[in-house]
Amino acid sequence: MFDRCYVCARMLNTVAVTLLAGKASYVVLLFGALLLGIQTTLLRAEDTPQLLTPELGEPLHPSDIENYEITIFPNGKNLPEGQGTVAQGEVLYQTQCAMCHGKKGIEGPAARLAGSDGWFSFRDPLRVLRIRKHPVLLISVGSMWPFATTIFDYIRRAMPHQAPKSLNNDEVYALTAYILHLNDLLNTATQLDKHSILEINMPGKARSVIAD
Amino acid sequence: MKKTSVKAVAGNGLLDRRSFLMSGIALSASCSLGPLAASASKPGGVSSQSISESFPEWMKVPGHAATEYGQPSAHESQVRRHLQKSAPETSIFSIWHTPIENQRGIITPSGLHFTVNHNGIPDIAPQRHVLMIHGLVERPLKFDVDSLMLYPMVSNIHFLECAGNTASNAVSLTSLDQSAQELFGQISGSEWTGIPLKHLFKEAGIKASAKWVIAEGADGGSHSRSIPLDKLLDDAIIALYQNGERIRPSQGYPMRLFVPGWEGNLNIKWLHRLEVTDQPAYTKDESGLYSDILEDGKIQRFSFHMDVKSLITHPSGRQLLPEKRGFYEISGLAWSGYGKIKLVEVSADGGKTWARAHIESPILPKSLTRFSMPWRWNGTDAILLSRATDEAGRVQPTRDQWRAQHASYSFNHYNGIQAWHISSSGVVENCYV
Repeated sequence: MFDRCYVCARMLNTVAVTLLAGKASYVVLLFGALLLGIQTTLLRAEDTPQLLTPELGEPLHPSDIENYEITIFPNGKNLPEGQGTVAQGEVLYQTQCAMCHGKKGIEGPAARLAGSDGWFSFRDPLRVLRIRKHPVLLISVGSMWPFATTIFDYIRRAMPHQAPKSLNNDEVYALTAYILHLNDLLNTATQLDKHSILEINMPGKARSVIAD
Repeated sequence: MKKTSVKAVAGNGLLDRRSFLMSGIALSASCSLGPLAASASKPGGVSSQSISESFPEWMKVPGHAATEYGQPSAHESQVRRHLQKSAPETSIFSIWHTPIENQRGIITPSGLHFTVNHNGIPDIAPQRHVLMIHGLVERPLKFDVDSLMLYPMVSNIHFLECAGNTASNAVSLTSLDQSAQELFGQISGSEWTGIPLKHLFKEAGIKASAKWVIAEGADGGSHSRSIPLDKLLDDAIIALYQNGERIRPSQGYPMRLFVPGWEGNLNIKWLHRLEVTDQPAYTKDESGLYSDILEDGKIQRFSFHMDVKSLITHPSGRQLLPEKRGFYEISGLAWSGYGKIKLVEVSADGGKTWARAHIESPILPKSLTRFSMPWRWNGTDAILLSRATDEAGRVQPTRDQWRAQHASYSFNHYNGIQAWHISSSGVVENCYV
């Protein structure tokens, strides 16, 4: 029913045509070989032999996708308009976030937002229990995350845990500002928006290496 | 009866497989003598007696009907996934471990497959689910589920492992007395069936500047990861079936991304969006939780592969060896995100001597692979180890070697050699060597 080898057939055709052309002269043969090389490369890149598929994808229009393009990139792509302050964020944090992340963003049980990563203080009498019960508290947003844009991205798509996507853009900027402030990365006077968020230099960035 | 010679291949009772097989045959032959000898007086030999008396009750009544969807025997109800304890505040982020020590073969039953859900399992109406492909493509496209079901599909058997599997052995200063399910329960094996992603990307037309794809799920947390385009074009699929049936809600119904050999977290469940880009997004899980902290404090990002790893499942933690000085078949699982398993070695003396284990077919790339080794336990302390090597030449490190490369609190991608201590009373316990 389907011809699995239609691409192969096309390649053979190309070879035949090129060889015929090559008969004319040595120069043409060389040119033909070069052409064949280029043609083969193109085929490999774009036309890898594969099964025919029904190609049932429908056009996705800009209006279909605009409300779903929520991924914020480190260069600021997709950051929305809006702004928020540390003070606004603190109020929101205490009502929306503190019950899981702790009043200071370090107590858990949910992921640690502030402070250095690593073990809890050896003077903490509950250290072993805390580690065993809440391993995610070993790492902190403030010390590990390389870009502040990720804080905005994740709060907006996934937080608060019981009601994800319920916060508006101003609220997300305010909460991002407060978490940055908990890490001494934003002073109380600065308003966070799509421009100032790109100025934040996260400590996790300088520590980053990319795996092989 | 021919007497069999049992040949040792390494210290503390590891035996040559062939001698084990021969003595096994001898054993079964001698066992079968009992019933044969007893059959001299035939049941029902007296005409007034029915044969009923000697048969169990289930052989004397008609059985019940089958059901529309079968369940395991009620006598196997102890074989269950185990929920890793969490605080009520974070219970939506749930981690369910598979009972890996109950599994034989290389396929995990779908209902027992491990599952980690950062924001619960969504109830998706398949007729309203749409897969979108956009970004750096010539033709942004959307697909409904019914359309995707008409595409040519491939089936492959692969493991899936969470990056955090066996994390406690990486970070706990003392070895926790836990079962294989508790320590290794975030690994499973399945046959996954679906559409090679390259078909859909070809249909959309990938632009030359494309390098990454941001894959996103349709769950409450819109889980997302950045994945190199080359890998997705290589062997990734949109999985629609697991072990012959449509994938279950906890595995991403109606569809998930399946990325063979790479950490579980980027096999996006409930997949609904693929954004083709020239850069990674540094999503939440690639910014912190799934990174590796190296010995010098550097944070290693995008370590996607699940490295070569193995464990002995029979026997394993918190079990009790029933027979003192008995013959046992040590059995276990090995796998590598880099390809096929090439070699598994077993030690019964804590690593002083090693012997090559038998690797059972099928030996498939990026799949659980079963190994076995006959062992005669002499009733004294023993430490069982397994060490796997893959076709890329990667060898499992010792726990110390692994920890020397990582910060003391780094817990992802741990693949150190696992040790089980057997006490003289037969108790099997997790230990460090």
